[in-house]
Amino acid sequence: MAFGPHLLLAALEGLVTSAVLALMALGLSLVFGVMRVVNVAHGEFYMLGAVIAWWVASLVTGHPALGFLAALVISPLIVGAIALCAERLVLRRLDYDPEATIVATIGLLYLLQQAALTLYGPEARPVPAPFSYRVLLPWFGYSGYKLSVIASSAVLLLATWFVLTRTRIGLVMRATQYDRETAQAFGIAVDRVYAGVFALGAMLAAIAAVLIVPISQAHYLMGLDPLLLSFIVVIIGGLGSLRGTLVAALLIGLSDGIVSMFFSPTLAKIIATLVVAMVLVFRPQGLFGTAAR
Amino acid sequence: MSGGRSAEGPVWSLHVGVVAGLLLLNFVLPDYHHGVFARILVLAVFAMGYNLLFGYVGLLSLGHAMFFAAGLYGAGLPMVHLGWGVPAAFSTGIVCGLVLALAVGLLALRTSGVAFMIVTMMFAQALALAVLYFGQWTRGDEGLVIAQAQRSLDLGPWRLDFTDPATRYLTALALFAIVLSATLAIVRSRFGRVLVAIRENEERTRMLGYDTFRNKLSAVVISGTICAAAGATYAILFGYVGSSFAGIQYSILPLLWVLLGGSATTLGPLIGTLLMYYLVDGSNDVLKAWLPDWRFSHLGVVGLALILLVLFFPRGLLGTLRQRWAGWLP
Repeated sequence: MAFGPHLLLAALEGLVTSAVLALMALGLSLVFGVMRVVNVAHGEFYMLGAVIAWWVASLVTGHPALGFLAALVISPLIVGAIALCAERLVLRRLDYDPEATIVATIGLLYLLQQAALTLYGPEARPVPAPFSYRVLLPWFGYSGYKLSVIASSAVLLLATWFVLTRTRIGLVMRATQYDRETAQAFGIAVDRVYAGVFALGAMLAAIAAVLIVPISQAHYLMGLDPLLLSFIVVIIGGLGSLRGTLVAALLIGLSDGIVSMFFSPTLAKIIATLVVAMVLVFRPQGLFGTAAR
Repeated sequence: MSGGRSAEGPVWSLHVGVVAGLLLLNFVLPDYHHGVFARILVLAVFAMGYNLLFGYVGLLSLGHAMFFAAGLYGAGLPMVHLGWGVPAAFSTGIVCGLVLALAVGLLALRTSGVAFMIVTMMFAQALALAVLYFGQWTRGDEGLVIAQAQRSLDLGPWRLDFTDPATRYLTALALFAIVLSATLAIVRSRFGRVLVAIRENEERTRMLGYDTFRNKLSAVVISGTICAAAGATYAILFGYVGSSFAGIQYSILPLLWVLLGGSATTLGPLIGTLLMYYLVDGSNDVLKAWLPDWRFSHLGVVGLALILLVLFFPRGLLGTLRQRWAGWLP
């Protein structure tokens, strides 16, 4: 294959990564933005989303699309419920203290990971894609499903953006993010907003996982790499900034796809990690964020 | 700060008593536990280094595995590849940790709070990936084994063989005793009090005329160097150098040990490491015996312990003891 088509292929793969990463990072960013909680267990919600998707799809017989659609609905709901329990039982009782919540979510990470290992096992299992149409480009054929992942992610991101900026729920969330105490004084049930945002964040991760699981497989250790990548995205984009998160997801996903096709993936990861640490040190508001309040 | 001048007596006798008790254990412990204790003593030194920063300065680092790994690889790599002896390798390990701590401190201390945790985690992650990237020298996950013949030291007429269990135990205990007295001296010095003041209210400490950045940097460097000393000793005593020690798990474990034993207590790290080690060890057996089909490993126990500690027992064992009954505990 010539260099041009090769680059196009790398860019398409990068876009798929970006699409999934944007959804997941958006969840992390929402939780951090509104609640000031760094959710280290976010990657495990993603893993649970994929594992539950496999479980649901294996229960449904008939056309693979049926199982996939059922998973797309049920998996985020279950993950959201688990996140809600964790929020009520642990995070709320810690009063959202930043350091204590980080320690607690690290504990949650290990607990969820080991629970998945126990109940689901150490194997990696695929979920059949809902359709197997191949888009024929002049140079190579490309999976239609992967293109649909990009499209669905774009739709979901637009929907989230619409909810955040154009509806009452979004207004309440933004008010809580901007000033917790004043929001409470204006009669907003901050407590419930927190619970909702935490569940929503986990559900976004679960949706991302259901979308990706026909491409990669469900495995109990699959949460760690996306967690680090979404940390990178959220930091580069500016903690709590929605637009920055999207731009950074595109940037990181594309460069991840292109760089790892041409260079050693480990070296690429080392450089990315160091760059992110330097961004946090020298530009804590992120590359695209405005200065923190 | 609790305690005071009147409590000099019990403080010193308690610490001397603990070291003497550990020395006594060398002669009575059965083989298996003797080996475990040597390991725990070295890991407790790692936890003490962590505690100096987390407990006394209030800086929560999520990347202390990098300092342990710097000592481990700083000592292990020259031994394996260049055939260096113990003294040179040990010093190299410590210098590696010191230099790394200075560099990380200069950068990471520009941030605070959550950003500090993430920056330290990122630096540690970069180091762990670098260990894998240079796999032809480090052999990555598989790790390196240091030859038995190299792990000994000639001191005039005597020969210290670190593969011998008793020598190994006593060497670990010697390092533990040195670091314990150093920690005790530090936290009771003027410098230690400034560190606690920074933890309680950094702004006010700066207003009082203290250079908080310089004090925090010194704490990071001392903490990193202690952790590197633990890593270098681990490589020499146990002869194994592997990338798992650089991973995120070994950044979380010292936090867990310190939380369990009691942060900002001198003996908390030892108690936390000891209890957690046996809890993990025992839970593996119990889980295998009672739930043979389950694959729930010790990591689940670690996770549960973290959540329960931070929810119900945030001061840890010695912290609670100090608050309730023994205010003089350092």
